[in-house]
Amino acid sequence: MKYADEFRDKEIAVGLAKAIRSEADPEKSYRFMEFCGGHTHAISRYGLEDMLPKNVRMIHGPGCPVCVLPAGRIDMAIRLAERPDVILCIYGDLMRVPGSQGASLLKAKARGADVRMVYSTIDAIRVAEEIPGRAVVFFAIGFETTTPPTAVMIRLAEKKQLKNVSVFCNHVLTPPAMQNILESADIRNIGPVEIDGFVGPAHVSTIIGTEPYEFFAEEFGRPVVIAGFEPLDMMQAILMLVRQVNEHRYEVENQYSRAVTRDGNLRAKEEVSDIFELRDQFEWRGLGLVPYSGLKLKRAYDKYDAEVRFDMNELRVADNPACECGAILRGVKKPVDCKLFGTVCTPEAPMGSCMVSSEGACAAHWTYGRFRDHQQRRAS
Amino acid sequence: MKAHQRKLDIRNGCVDLSHGSGGRAMSQLISGLFHEAFGNEWLACGNDQSAFDVGAGRMVMTTDGYVVSPLFFPGGNIGSLAVHGTVNDIAMAGARPLYLSASFIIEEGFRFSDLRMIADSMGEAARAAGVYIITGDTKVVERGKADSLFISTAGIGVVPAGLDLSAGNARVGDRVLISGTLGDHGVAIMSKRQNLAFETEIVSDSASLHDFVASMLAAGGKGIRLMRDPTRGGLAATLNEIAQQSGLGFQLQEAAIPVKPGVAAACELLGLDPLYVANEGKLAAIVAPEVAAAVLAAMRMHPLGRDAAEIGEAVADDHHFVQMATSFGGGRIVDWLSGEQLPRIC
Repeated sequence: MKYADEFRDKEIAVGLAKAIRSEADPEKSYRFMEFCGGHTHAISRYGLEDMLPKNVRMIHGPGCPVCVLPAGRIDMAIRLAERPDVILCIYGDLMRVPGSQGASLLKAKARGADVRMVYSTIDAIRVAEEIPGRAVVFFAIGFETTTPPTAVMIRLAEKKQLKNVSVFCNHVLTPPAMQNILESADIRNIGPVEIDGFVGPAHVSTIIGTEPYEFFAEEFGRPVVIAGFEPLDMMQAILMLVRQVNEHRYEVENQYSRAVTRDGNLRAKEEVSDIFELRDQFEWRGLGLVPYSGLKLKRAYDKYDAEVRFDMNELRVADNPACECGAILRGVKKPVDCKLFGTVCTPEAPMGSCMVSSEGACAAHWTYGRFRDHQQRRAS
Repeated sequence: MKAHQRKLDIRNGCVDLSHGSGGRAMSQLISGLFHEAFGNEWLACGNDQSAFDVGAGRMVMTTDGYVVSPLFFPGGNIGSLAVHGTVNDIAMAGARPLYLSASFIIEEGFRFSDLRMIADSMGEAARAAGVYIITGDTKVVERGKADSLFISTAGIGVVPAGLDLSAGNARVGDRVLISGTLGDHGVAIMSKRQNLAFETEIVSDSASLHDFVASMLAAGGKGIRLMRDPTRGGLAATLNEIAQQSGLGFQLQEAAIPVKPGVAAACELLGLDPLYVANEGKLAAIVAPEVAAAVLAAMRMHPLGRDAAEIGEAVADDHHFVQMATSFGGGRIVDWLSGEQLPRIC
């Protein structure tokens, strides 16, 4: 596959792996968090862990929008979908995300709720045009990458004067979450967070650019390397992080320069800031309430805001107390340290955020990497 | 007096509730459409069942339901798929398929012209496979109670004397062979799904495999431990199933697994893994190492096995993991699929 295979070349990977091994100081340990689920997926899917020396460890961050969506927001969506006048349009991976007490949109659909899978916001507009008599609500989720399409949807609804379109907005922001990982009050309970650098988001950064990470790197003294989602991108980014750590630098570097600029996509940013504004706080499954980390529609767009239009009540559901997602997302614990991992919490019946989609830390380890636990046990 | 006053208007007509009521209209549909398409002496008798002679030895029986959406896709339709799928379930036992049954659940309003096309391709697929559809049933349900058309089938075949293919036969060191490229059927279906339609040259691999199986058995004899057709859940589900049943594990080489570039590209775009995408004309075989080369050569000689490949081997593993060395140089598990990747693929 042209333009993809080039970024999956084994020979180059072996060369990068060798460089990482020779430059990483054996006396030191290097703990890097890849924020994005896309990176977590690449690491697991291509088996990158096997190519890194023992003292270079990757910590899987919270950057999977499906995983971090709290159960309360799913419950809210289910309540909405149960209304006979509503058609709820969702991205397919939301179907199985657990709400409280094992509820999900998949189960709500089976009981008769009109929940439809769409592949883009344009599909939701199409449904609204085809069925003008019912209210079409788009369940908007995702980081900065998926927010512009939601903005486009609202613009289209305006232009077409569609009165039956609204958005249940759950868009979240990357930089506040990265910050929260290092400085949240929870850290007092779970122990010190030891992260020496961050692999910064790929697609998110195409929109927001590299600039928003500059404050973070400076303030927290941690290097950030923005990297693409291909396995060679990851290997190169890890090498760049090793070098920064060795040289005591903490800069924002851009490995993904073929797609990311310092300023990002100005047009998309403009559309988003026209329509959305910051929430004071937003709940993340696994991280709890994170200040200024979520978006909502501006007042001027109230008629497109499902929360206003349907007078939706905010629902909160506490995470399972035994769930270690908060510590796993911060790299303080590993999936195997959680009592629930692989026992009551599996990809078929996820309890915590990290098990919800294959991009979550626990699901990725369960699905792709758990053979290593047995290898390690055998070796010790 | 003639039984049927007016011929079925195949071009413009459609199925209504009377075609499932047991009356004259139903009889007209059966004889005018199904008998014509399937044409054989058993159906011509018009009995509620068909009688046939039973030879000595072991027989296999299978049943299957078809709910694929859309009904027509590049490389086939629900009719040919129903025949191929049923024949293949029989063929995986090394058996020769003989007779099929077919039951149709039709939503009122379904066009005769579509039904004719589907029945014709069933008949064609059956003739090509040398099997007969000897009994059937037709039900019509109200609009909205079924999505266009569902077909369910049963099939019967005979197993050659002395042959017993089963997961229990697999041994450490056995080789894993697959008959060709993975994921063609699933991608062909996806490419025609509403909301998702994309341009691709990929056609479904839907095909009857029993003749192909016979040529493999001729080359490998008892060295062939078992065969499975990796349909829903793809090769990943099939190998995990075999690992559980045989008490072994598998070690695969990703670089050896054939995938068409068009399928790889579509999967990339849709976020799917070809190892989990359905096939309808492929098989995976576990064979003894000493016959692997001969069987592989025989597979490649056959038109259905031109892209056949050896992709890994059975290993001792208490956890029954299917592991894979990635073409990038790392390792990973190829786990069961969790959840539903593509509903109504067959």
